[in-house]
Amino acid sequence: MRAMVYRGPYKVRVEEKDIPRIEHPNDAIVRVTGAAICGSDLHLYHGMMPDTRVGMTFGHEFVGEVHEVGSSVENLSVGDRVMVPFNIYCGSCYFCARGLYSNCHNVNPNATAVGGIYGYSHTTGGYDGGQAEFVRVPFADVGPTKIPEWMDQEDAVMLTDALPTGYFGAQLGNIEQGDTVVVFGAGPVGLYAAKSSWLMGAGRVIVIDHLEYRLEKARTFAHAETYNFNEYDDIVVEMKKATDHLGADVVIDAVGAEADGNLTQHITSSKFKLQGGSPVALNWAIDSVRKGGTVSVVGAYGPMFSAVKFGDAMNKGLTLRMNQCPVKRQWPRLFEHIQNGYLKPSDIITHRIPLEHIAEGYHIFSAKLDDCIKLIVTTV
Amino acid sequence: MPYTAERPIPRPTPEELRAKIPGWGVDLDPKDRPSFPREQRGIPTGAHWDFPERQEEKWPRERSVEHKFLTPVFGTSTPPKGVSGAIRKYAYKYSEGRAAHWLLLIAGDRVDAWESHLRSFGTLHPDNPITETGVLSEFKNRGMASRWGRKRADTKHQWMDPIIVAGPWLLVGTGVVLALKGITKATRKTRR
Repeated sequence: MRAMVYRGPYKVRVEEKDIPRIEHPNDAIVRVTGAAICGSDLHLYHGMMPDTRVGMTFGHEFVGEVHEVGSSVENLSVGDRVMVPFNIYCGSCYFCARGLYSNCHNVNPNATAVGGIYGYSHTTGGYDGGQAEFVRVPFADVGPTKIPEWMDQEDAVMLTDALPTGYFGAQLGNIEQGDTVVVFGAGPVGLYAAKSSWLMGAGRVIVIDHLEYRLEKARTFAHAETYNFNEYDDIVVEMKKATDHLGADVVIDAVGAEADGNLTQHITSSKFKLQGGSPVALNWAIDSVRKGGTVSVVGAYGPMFSAVKFGDAMNKGLTLRMNQCPVKRQWPRLFEHIQNGYLKPSDIITHRIPLEHIAEGYHIFSAKLDDCIKLIVTTV
Repeated sequence: MPYTAERPIPRPTPEELRAKIPGWGVDLDPKDRPSFPREQRGIPTGAHWDFPERQEEKWPRERSVEHKFLTPVFGTSTPPKGVSGAIRKYAYKYSEGRAAHWLLLIAGDRVDAWESHLRSFGTLHPDNPITETGVLSEFKNRGMASRWGRKRADTKHQWMDPIIVAGPWLLVGTGVVLALKGITKATRKTRR
């Protein structure tokens, strides 16, 4: 089969690989029909995530058709069209039994602090991902769901990570009616978090980024007020002014490890890999939220230390809430929102490329060329 | 103003927001939010086991020392090999709480990239930094226009990326050329 393969920082190519095999009775092999590159794939692409091995196939946002099932699989059959959450989880451990699917303890031998994720280094379990023609899907009775007849394939791809993560980010904010919500990052997750904040009753939603074309999308897609932090000397002061010096009730960090806005932070993390991530957006979130407010973190960070302004968080009495999203828990409600016309996930897709051109796709997405927001990879 | 008790800036009414934004407030009640409360018992997951059957371990699988045992299911992509593999296996002697664990893994990643590049030169499919970096998309996808006059913060450091990617190749290439020159010179001297 053809598969995207990592060749070292900033380098990927398409190679012939063996079709994955059933390795556990509850495995399925899925023929991928649509995948996406996620902003967090760029942390791998840039060599930031520890134990990212040359030869690995990335990709944790994908949908496809069941090609083969293991002997204990009961809920899926060959030929079913399925959407697969980015979390790999067993459904039965201490954490899964409490709905914390992203924190499963039975799927990642390499680390206890992280669950299992497709194509996301050995730090998340060493599974190949879905930017390929076929992928091994463990616990086929637990993670994947048949794509409803009425659902568009591209909407289904967006439901495997980006949309549920944005929606989850808004939930972590504990938004109350009339709250002012600030979202750092106008990438896919930030756009969905902004849109979801309205569903939860926000009175005001502000999105901050440095890419004008993404801020334009935040205005049209998510009805948000926008600020380009690069136009201001200090975006924290600007947020204080915008809220009559109170600060926002809720701030969502939808940026994560490669945040811009402070050159030292960015270079020490993204270029020299000396931090788990550049916590610029997180520090701005801590400083922009009001005392007693909530900071929600859905931007991904690496497992190493980062220079976070923890003193401010403590002194302001903040609630910090964060996690990788337990995707499947979000699906029933998100399906309703899509059917009711409140959300159209594929509206943020800007680029569609064949698997053969994936190296250029990564560069376009990484360098933010051509007003790229979300990039779909086609394998058929 | 936060200096008095009232919320400073008045908000639009729910009716105004509903008229403007499709679905405004449909998840206002926390009970309608799927992750409220965060921990919930009894959600059906599809699991029909108390503890999953164990996947076969085909090589000594590296694992965190914070785990009691090898997890029943695990990824089998890219087993450790070569010098990078030795570094990675050593890194797993340290817990996730130790900086040594992560720093060794990152060192292993850099060594892995070099080992793999060198290994590729002995194959019919050597690494090609032009195609593998996708840099040609700069010409096809408006590289200049995407940056010029756009008030982008990342242009302050994007110039470093070609150096990070190509720098080590150029250094090694220069070293090889200089070494070959030196050998040639020494051989000529010996012949005279």
